[in-house]
Amino acid sequence: MISGRVWRFGDDISTDLIAPGRLFHLRTNLPELAKHVLEDADPDFPKNVRPGDIIVAGRNFGLGSSREHAPLIIKMSGISAVLAKSFARIFYRNAINIGLPLLEVDTDHIQDGIVLDIDLNKGIVTDKEKTFTLSAIPIPHFMIRILEEGGLVPYIKKYGDFCLD
Amino acid sequence: MKETLAIKILSSHCKKQVKAGELVVVPVDWAITQDGTGPLAVQQMEQLGLDGVFDQKRVILFIDHSAPSPRKELSDAHRILRSFAEKTGAMLSDIGEGVCHQRLVEDFVRPADVVIGADSHTCTSGALAAFSTGMGSTDVAVGMALGKTWMKVPETIRIELEGEFSPWTYAKDLMLFIIGKIRADGATYMALEFGGPAIDSMPMSDRITLTNMAVEAGAKTGLIASDPVCREYLKEHGRGDDYQEVFPDPGAEYSRAIEIDLADIGPTVACPHRVDNICSVEKIAGKKVDQVYIGTCTNGRIDDLRVAASILKGRRVARNTRLIVVPASKRTFMQAMDEGIIRDMVEAGAVILAPGCGPCVGIHEGILGEGEVCLSTQNRNFLGRMGNTKGYIYLASPATAAFSATRGAIADPREVLS
Repeated sequence: MISGRVWRFGDDISTDLIAPGRLFHLRTNLPELAKHVLEDADPDFPKNVRPGDIIVAGRNFGLGSSREHAPLIIKMSGISAVLAKSFARIFYRNAINIGLPLLEVDTDHIQDGIVLDIDLNKGIVTDKEKTFTLSAIPIPHFMIRILEEGGLVPYIKKYGDFCLD
Repeated sequence: MKETLAIKILSSHCKKQVKAGELVVVPVDWAITQDGTGPLAVQQMEQLGLDGVFDQKRVILFIDHSAPSPRKELSDAHRILRSFAEKTGAMLSDIGEGVCHQRLVEDFVRPADVVIGADSHTCTSGALAAFSTGMGSTDVAVGMALGKTWMKVPETIRIELEGEFSPWTYAKDLMLFIIGKIRADGATYMALEFGGPAIDSMPMSDRITLTNMAVEAGAKTGLIASDPVCREYLKEHGRGDDYQEVFPDPGAEYSRAIEIDLADIGPTVACPHRVDNICSVEKIAGKKVDQVYIGTCTNGRIDDLRVAASILKGRRVARNTRLIVVPASKRTFMQAMDEGIIRDMVEAGAVILAPGCGPCVGIHEGILGEGEVCLSTQNRNFLGRMGNTKGYIYLASPATAAFSATRGAIADPREVLS
């Protein structure tokens, strides 16, 4: 169960907005890069984000470059989950691979600043006051297992291989 | 089962009939990284406790994004890659050798291969009828170590192309048009398969431009069947033996088919800050440009440079406009020198930089100033892409770019002869 305050973003948040190319040299210094996470989309985000907060966005979150540093620094900022109407596919894989939970759900009516409760396994999202309940598109079972292990590296360390069954 | 190209290649690799939507574990022929994603892949391999690669001749570390290094942090990132290559025996493509995707089509990928790369434009190699897809550093690290990956078998959108391009219209214009039509997420999780009579007569360089930008519609890969044009291309690159015929079955099931007559398309421009925000060049003509960039994995090939040089020869880059040209590979660079193209460009006022990604990623070699406008042949115009969120990026073909450089404003290349 995840509970946290919402940071609201719009459609098409690219990996250039999350981890800009102008900071390419910080990719081998993730704590420093994380200080700039999403600042080109919302300059207040890296300053005010708190552990447990949730990102809620529109369509095609994470489009563009394959840079895994994008979900990594979102996770390092303390974000507990990302909800969006849809995700770009490389970002989706990358987030699961580094253990950042995400859910595809209709986010249209989720407002900035409210508190959400998320049941990842069931894919259910509710607001604190229980005025709405949203059902997310479930994460494939195989990816849930990667997430439960904390990412693909611990998963492969444990199983030695991909176990699809 | 009647197979799409994607299903045919994945079925043969999995040694069983696969179907769209199924999760499969696939052996990979190539696992590659570049200098932006490679150091993290190396770190993840170390975390895995795996220090060897599955096949030294199948893992390539490219240094192309910030090459040569513009700052000490990146010099150290490059050192990580060079030392990993030294230690594991994996191949290294160092500064000046070219953009990873261009080198992959020139020198490495064969029809029917499966390629994973820690770069979103890995879909480029699909022009050689390979299943080639971009992933992150961790996925590719596991692929480099184990020689396999997992994926969901994609559904396919078929793009059926017929007719001929009007003068001064190219594959770049076509692909911008397609992305404008299906939108930036119109092919998410899917494969884009290009075919039809217009593909049969299309040169490889144009085909590569199409598959390169498949990811700009969200696609997992872009694919084109191999044929005599592909065979000839491999032969020219000393790889005639790598040829294999791979084509989709007639009657294969597509989730959607889009038919386009090339004659219906004219020079097209993508406007800030979205690749699917397209308009015809006439609509935006006259927009002042501060910088023009011709190059990248999208349009830095010899055919692109020839078209640009044919426009630049005998003309001058406009006052107060900068023209930056970056050949996509060393081979392209040398060919352009042999043909006198580089000389014509330099005489016209162009700055030529070492083969690589150039200013496309916003790291170096042409970062935009506040409020500046760049017309580029690259594949992305996202906010901040060229190193400054206060810059504006328009995307177009090399012909539109070259002619615009001589005018100092976005210009319709069909007016070159007038």
